[in-house]
Amino acid sequence: MNSFVGMPSFPEASSVAVGDAQLRHNLRKATHTIRAKRAAVVGEQPDWAALREAGAAIKDRTLRHLDVYLERLEAAVVAAGGTVHWAADAAEANRIVTDLVKATGETEVVKVKSMATQEIDLNAALADAGIRAYETDLAELIVQLGDDWPSHILVPAIHRNRAEIREIFLEHMADWGRPAPPDLKDDPRALAEAARLHLRERFLSARVGISGANFAVAETGTLVVLESEGNGRMCLTLPETLISVVGIEKLVPTWQDLEVFMQLLPRSSTGERMNPYTSMWTGATEGQTFHLVLLDNGRTSVLADEVGRQALRCIRCSACLNVCPVYERAGGHAYGSVYPGPIGAILTPQLRGMAGPLEESLPYASTLCGACYEVCPVAINIPEVLLDLRAKAVTHGHVGQRLAMGAARRVLDSPRWLAVAQRSAGRFRRWTPKRLPGPLSAWSDTRDVPVPPKESFRQWWAASR
Amino acid sequence: MVGGEPMSSKDQILARVRSALADVPRDEDVPVPRDYDHSRSGPDVVELLVDRLVDYKAEVREVDDVAAAVAEALTRRRARRLAVPSGIPDSWLAEAEAVRDDPPLTPAELNALDGVVTGCAVAIAETGTIVLDAGPDQGRRALTLVPDYHLCVVRRDQIVRTVPEALERLDPSRPLTWISGPSATSDIELDRVEGVHGPRTLEVLIVVSRP
Amino acid sequence: MRVALFLTCVNDTLFPGTGKAVVRLLERLGCDVDFPPDQTCCGQMHFNTGYRDDARPLARRFGAVFDDYEAVVVPSGSCAAMIREWYPSLGITPPAGVYELTEFIVDVLGVTDVGAYFPHTVTYHPTCHSLRSLKVGSRPLDLLSSVRGLTLVPLGGAEECCGFGGTFSLKNPAVSAAMCSDKVRGVLDTQAEVLCAADNSCLMHIGGALSRQRTGVRVMHLAEILAATEADR
Repeated sequence: MNSFVGMPSFPEASSVAVGDAQLRHNLRKATHTIRAKRAAVVGEQPDWAALREAGAAIKDRTLRHLDVYLERLEAAVVAAGGTVHWAADAAEANRIVTDLVKATGETEVVKVKSMATQEIDLNAALADAGIRAYETDLAELIVQLGDDWPSHILVPAIHRNRAEIREIFLEHMADWGRPAPPDLKDDPRALAEAARLHLRERFLSARVGISGANFAVAETGTLVVLESEGNGRMCLTLPETLISVVGIEKLVPTWQDLEVFMQLLPRSSTGERMNPYTSMWTGATEGQTFHLVLLDNGRTSVLADEVGRQALRCIRCSACLNVCPVYERAGGHAYGSVYPGPIGAILTPQLRGMAGPLEESLPYASTLCGACYEVCPVAINIPEVLLDLRAKAVTHGHVGQRLAMGAARRVLDSPRWLAVAQRSAGRFRRWTPKRLPGPLSAWSDTRDVPVPPKESFRQWWAASR
Repeated sequence: MVGGEPMSSKDQILARVRSALADVPRDEDVPVPRDYDHSRSGPDVVELLVDRLVDYKAEVREVDDVAAAVAEALTRRRARRLAVPSGIPDSWLAEAEAVRDDPPLTPAELNALDGVVTGCAVAIAETGTIVLDAGPDQGRRALTLVPDYHLCVVRRDQIVRTVPEALERLDPSRPLTWISGPSATSDIELDRVEGVHGPRTLEVLIVVSRP
Repeated sequence: MRVALFLTCVNDTLFPGTGKAVVRLLERLGCDVDFPPDQTCCGQMHFNTGYRDDARPLARRFGAVFDDYEAVVVPSGSCAAMIREWYPSLGITPPAGVYELTEFIVDVLGVTDVGAYFPHTVTYHPTCHSLRSLKVGSRPLDLLSSVRGLTLVPLGGAEECCGFGGTFSLKNPAVSAAMCSDKVRGVLDTQAEVLCAADNSCLMHIGGALSRQRTGVRVMHLAEILAATEADR
């Protein structure tokens, strides 16, 4: 997979995406489909608001005492025959996983879709060590075969439509294993069948599986993976060795807590009452060797921010992406991270720090319309975090903007100066330019400029009352 | 993995967590409001389960004679050789051949079978979900994964209405597989199509004892 | 009833007609309307762009000007949301009686039929802050439905943001324009003569595009429709 290093700022990347008619069409169709499905299954759950409140509280309970629950989880996993590793950053996690695979003597691994391993770019690290990682989730497979970037949390290939997927399969499946049938059609069923045939032998002979987890229960040491296709079950069940890379924020305190998330996640994510398959296992299961790698990689920095830490509640359902009008037009790649959309706009600058032009621009990649907050199953107030990050972003640089804002504030903080400005705008209204100068030209490129009135309201009020 | 570093990564991460949470009182415990429904009233659970299974493209039948119904289903499907966990009696299979997982079948052997017949641990009516816990009538997880056809027998007393009711009955120390319909994907244009890596046909027989 | 009008800087400067309409409407409904002249701006632009230190004095000014009024009416969903939802994060407690215009008419005055007459085909854009921050719900539609002569046509994708977002429209012009295009398409699909909303910022954005594209659809603040009567024609 390509990495996201050195990405341009969000406005730059998104302006290219906006011009891609095929991408716009694909995203519009997919996001509108899933929006309707989510709305329907959330609507039929009478206690949704209470579940959402409980979900947020359970995550806060975990995060606010994360050290306690991490140690509890470790003890439970070890007691159930698993081995627990701790990785402070991506490099360490990659080193741990690579060493574990090498120790098995295998040079191939099968992977379940996992955001954590995407985040640390595990496949590249494995490739450097001569280990080939086979992605088995259909969308991940499409991304891997197409040497592409993921653009959505749930469906990394959302930017591809069926016709494009067919072409990718026909062109690239042979490079990775069993080729696609030459008469492959673009019917989704046929495409799914091609993926089944392509990966079948791989699953049956795999000896090492790599996964993430949706939840890790501290009390019992149970890991939970939700999926649809059965590729997850294949990777979790058939190999002799299973390595799960899990972000430290994935914990929930108790077994009972799953009753909340097993309702919130499927309905928010794929818009189903329940996803086709969920696997829950505790430690070394059915004779398997099990390794759990707990990953920090910036999460503790997010945790340190009293406003921003709510982003760690995220259960990666992608409902916020699916309703976001900015995501729908800009596409996932413009966010320069495996976490696109509204959640990415608050997570990426926190995980990486506001170091580059991309990270600095992400808090502004939103109109603050609030649709994301409304659908978030764990009530992450994304607009609040965006605003907080903006307040941090302006503390350095942005000289021109700071001067303009300061000047505007001085005028707006004085009724007298505001009246002066209004009177001059009214006096020179005939000369209101059709095209505005400098950064304001962004407005007049596509919209007419409002012509100021002859007199402001306050002038009228003063004269008539 | 830790090498000669003065502080293990575990200690380092836990120290970072504690310093990040400097503002949080150590003895605090965030209360979790559990005002959501534990159970609910509504249509009969059998009726609801059938409706939800059908909605997600599983085949469902309400039966009273299990052995006859299993035999009938296998004949209809022309399934000849089936993986069968130890807790399922031979008598259910009538003319079909019961292939026992003892010694454990290899993935390739499982792949060559026509299907698998199991019971279940719990079924959740509202979501159309069958939960397997690797009990004697279900076998290890691979059994219900590799064969392309899964015939699952559900007893009425195994059906609950809601997800919380199901979790209460389940034992986290057992490997659990939640199954809601045949394998499917939403990865193409975010629309659901059935049939990928897991069994492409899920057939459920709900045993309702007649009064 | 005595009410203070917080018109907002945008309306005061660019859309005085909205202010006059609010005054006319509220007076017709029996209110005694005051426009405290020391009012300026709620600070939303500065706050939303990250300049909290510049927003704070503006928020303080708002408090100083309006604290003593029992009811403050704001004909802008986003400014009302700024005051009610975000002033606390600046360490400022907003005055208790701040109402968005439709909340005030429906909840405080208890009126949905304001005696208006407007014989035109109108579609309504709910604006994000009215919809999701203030949760004004069906109040604007209830008010519009009671206007005599008015044909209300539903707007497809009404709840989707128009792409204005204040400085978003300047910082992310391509995405903003793309969102606006889809909103314009939705408006044109209704065949309405007038696009109405309770926030002139969004209308300035959508209206600027409607005008640039010579669509012939005009935009009007909800207050201007509610203020219109048969005497106007």
